[in-house]
Amino acid sequence: MSLSLDDVKRIARLSRIAVTDDELAATQTQLNRIFGLIEEMRAVDTTGIEPMSHAQDVVLRLRDDAATAPNRREAFQAVAPAVEDGLYLVPKVIE
Amino acid sequence: MKWEVVIGLEVHTQLTTSSKIFSPASTAFGAEPNTQTAVVDIALPGALPVMNRAAVDKAIQFGLAIGARVNRKSVFARKNYFYPDLPKGYQISQFELPIVEGGQIAINVDGVEKVINLTRAHLEEDAGKSLHGDYHGATGIDLNRAGTPLLEIVSEPEMRSAAEAVAYAKALYSLVTWIGICDGNMQEGSFRCDVNVSVRPEGQAEFGTRREIKNLNSFRFIEQAIRAEVQWQIETIEDGGKIEQATVLFDPDTGETRMMRSKEDAHDYRYFPDPDLPPLVIDEDWIERVRNALPELPHDMQQRFERQYGIPAYDAVTLTASKALAGYYEATVAAGADAKLASNWIMGDISATLNREEQDITACPVSAAALAALIGRIADKTINNKTAKDVLKKMWESGDSTDAIIERDGLKQESDSGAIEAIVLEVIAANPKSVEEYRAGKEKALNSLVGQVMKASRGKADPAVALELLKQKLA
Amino acid sequence: MIESSLKQLSAALAARQVSAVELAGEFLARAKQYNGELNAYITLDEQKTLSEAHDADVRRADGTAGPLTGIPVAHKDIFCQEGWLTTCGSKMLGNFVSPYSAHVIEQCRAAGLVTLGRTNMDEFAMGSSNENSAFGPVKNPWDKNAVPGGSSGGSAVAVAARLAPIATGTDTGGSIRQPAAFCGVTGIKPTYGVVSRFGMIAYASSLDQGGPFAKSAEDCALLLNVMAGFDERDATSLQREREDYSRDLERPLAGLRIGLPREYFADGLAGDVAAAIDAAIAEYKKLGAQIVEVSLPNTRLAIPSYYVIAPAEASSNLSRFDGVRYGHRAADFDGLVGMYEQTRAEGFGWEVKRRILTGTYVLSHGYYDAYYLQAQKIRRIIANDFQAAFRDCDLIAGPVAPTTAWNLGEKSDDPVAMYLADIYTLGVNLAGLPGMSVPAGFGADGRPVGLQLIGNYFDEARLLNAAHRFQQATDWHLKAPAL
Repeated sequence: MSLSLDDVKRIARLSRIAVTDDELAATQTQLNRIFGLIEEMRAVDTTGIEPMSHAQDVVLRLRDDAATAPNRREAFQAVAPAVEDGLYLVPKVIE
Repeated sequence: MKWEVVIGLEVHTQLTTSSKIFSPASTAFGAEPNTQTAVVDIALPGALPVMNRAAVDKAIQFGLAIGARVNRKSVFARKNYFYPDLPKGYQISQFELPIVEGGQIAINVDGVEKVINLTRAHLEEDAGKSLHGDYHGATGIDLNRAGTPLLEIVSEPEMRSAAEAVAYAKALYSLVTWIGICDGNMQEGSFRCDVNVSVRPEGQAEFGTRREIKNLNSFRFIEQAIRAEVQWQIETIEDGGKIEQATVLFDPDTGETRMMRSKEDAHDYRYFPDPDLPPLVIDEDWIERVRNALPELPHDMQQRFERQYGIPAYDAVTLTASKALAGYYEATVAAGADAKLASNWIMGDISATLNREEQDITACPVSAAALAALIGRIADKTINNKTAKDVLKKMWESGDSTDAIIERDGLKQESDSGAIEAIVLEVIAANPKSVEEYRAGKEKALNSLVGQVMKASRGKADPAVALELLKQKLA
Repeated sequence: MIESSLKQLSAALAARQVSAVELAGEFLARAKQYNGELNAYITLDEQKTLSEAHDADVRRADGTAGPLTGIPVAHKDIFCQEGWLTTCGSKMLGNFVSPYSAHVIEQCRAAGLVTLGRTNMDEFAMGSSNENSAFGPVKNPWDKNAVPGGSSGGSAVAVAARLAPIATGTDTGGSIRQPAAFCGVTGIKPTYGVVSRFGMIAYASSLDQGGPFAKSAEDCALLLNVMAGFDERDATSLQREREDYSRDLERPLAGLRIGLPREYFADGLAGDVAAAIDAAIAEYKKLGAQIVEVSLPNTRLAIPSYYVIAPAEASSNLSRFDGVRYGHRAADFDGLVGMYEQTRAEGFGWEVKRRILTGTYVLSHGYYDAYYLQAQKIRRIIANDFQAAFRDCDLIAGPVAPTTAWNLGEKSDDPVAMYLADIYTLGVNLAGLPGMSVPAGFGADGRPVGLQLIGNYFDEARLLNAAHRFQQATDWHLKAPAL
């Protein structure tokens, strides 16, 4: 299989990465080379194999319900691109 | 053509934990923006989620309360999409293996009981809030709410009217507040409903295309939104149109639903198991501990009320609408009040006054013991029902006891036939027309005469005694 | 001092032969002198370093010092460090001064280690050559036309060029072992879950693991003692007893069964690398080890499995870089979506974009089962293969990479060629096993060769033991490049 230009545009959009028309073709070529490498995996018979999502077979550790985090707004917002009245500012969100 | 409405609900209930689902930041409502955010909540690079045990505990409580299966193993997954109130660019939720599956909730519409099946309930994190104030055309983002634990409760599409949907939402609301996993503060967004609505010709087996109404936070809006949506769908089809799958918002000002996004821009959420969180495993011991700690549930309590207090089903359902109300009722009866009278007073004057004042039973200034004392004075005929209403009003306002008010205002009912007899004779003399009508066979005329006696006695006469005497004198 | 072991430095500090400030000053001077040509550090901050060194001297004086207090360390720019620029090699975080510190940093500070600076790396740890840094490529000190390996290239070079005695790194698919091999230093990636990932900027969460670089296995053991440990803020951090990773260093190797996977010595392995590895194996025989042949039959499949799983996790992990709360935000854009798209297009380099796009694709509707789920099943097969091999041996040995370091620019336009060079390291991450790289001589081009040792879960002490005994018998690890 190979990715069409529309596929590339679709995943770029989903990934929120602007890809210019100039960059599209090269991106498509490289992604298709990568998928060429990935392709050999698809023929492997994995019937009955449990997918492995974690490197260790452990169960979720839980923490006690205690609100111990201090207010560090000032320090956290010191590195923010745009803040006002303690709020992070973004271009207008239209619903 | 006759149409059948098909409705399913997805309800987001905020769980009453002190800290967030994956961070040690506080979940308290109403703080200054972004002051309750830990590194995870603003998604700093390298920040990692750690699961709150209390959120799991509350999900188990819910599962057991609805007779569902609590999965011994469930998995957290990432739901990926970009939105400014979602700092990580993904929401941690549960997808393929939720913590709770199945279960049932009974609803009652116009005396008809119906059981609604639940699909699942899963744990997830809430998003932050977008504030569209005056920020030079920008939107402000407050992440205090981001990471608040949610239990998303999904029903099967088994409701067939707006009334059923509202009854389901209310029953669910009653249950989650009853077992204490949700504070039920709908204004603050603690209980938010998404409603899936479709219509189909009556008798048709397959479902119509559904549209989802997002984020309804009052029972009234649920009802209004469903009615508006159903009407729109039926009109659209009858006008030859087709329903397209979509997400819509309800505008309470116009009373209409409007499109938020169509199926074409539906997200591709790219769910996958969260590599930061190993599977959640719940052992039998934990489930047993939760089971043993669960309070008596509303449905069980209703049945007990009918049995124990001999009150009708309607009363039992109403009185178990909340744990506090049920507790108030039981305390009133325990303080010596007649069970049926107590029910009548609580469902009547007490509830009406609270409703008027937009309060719930926990804010009632008349204690259960005080109400029992009032009911006791009706039973022992110290005051009649009508006087009692006034006394209750005065108790409500002043906080004084029943007896103090009766004493102070001289409201003690006159049951002495001698004193009432004099008034009866006066009333007969003064109302010849009514007397004549009664004697001519008009029974209603007698009511008017009793009324006159009551009026002349300033409400203190025992109406039963007055009636008896009138009948005697006019015989 | 620059050739001293940690034990020697520790003794010198304890005996007041040198102060922490003097020691830091010596390494800082070298770092400043050579960083222009090597580009090992993204950030050097003399004032901060000397202030930390001064604190260490105070601790030495007041008796609250630990054995490593006052020893300088270079940190990979992937570990968030409060008050320090933490870029992760990306323009996206080009202005990000972290407001908090990673667990690894906290532990290093608690031990009294002195931060020398922040080392260069492939952007977001994606790369095998360190050419993907927004702050320019790192040069291999053995040959400045060669790449240093990646992604922890800066850390490997800092140690190799003696610009730091020790350094921290991370390894997602070989990012400690491969640059250690290319630069002739020692590095270990511990069992997944041994080093906390809290504050370590995530590339592929189920594969990422921090670990040390040093001149020797002994020094690696001492730094790993500091870096490792349970951390309740990382749900994948393992709750285990604290270990002294240096406890078995001196244990004789007689009877140790070393397995050689035949797939690691098959076609594709360069002859000069094979010769160096064979010589190392011969050395182990002399040390009393027993050599057995084992098989890791699905070695090749590690490449597609890894290059599906890692990009999938990365595509999600890197969504937080959206220009809202920190980091780069584009100056010109149209609306909210435009802000996201422009910010991310400008902030990320092409290798990062390619992996995000790949990961987005394999997780998207209709492709999940065919790619992501299949890759996870193959991951299980690969993990099972290792367990089968460990039934016949105690350790696995082989090359770290098929060749020595390649030339700068040689593979930079060919991501697939670069991915293929990771063939021997990826499986260890997929399985979550510990693995290390030990200097084992030089290739025909005079560039270093690394011997890879792979252990079963939690066998770090045994790996370090095998490496240490080898280093006592050989002097490859003592060779330093002429600058």
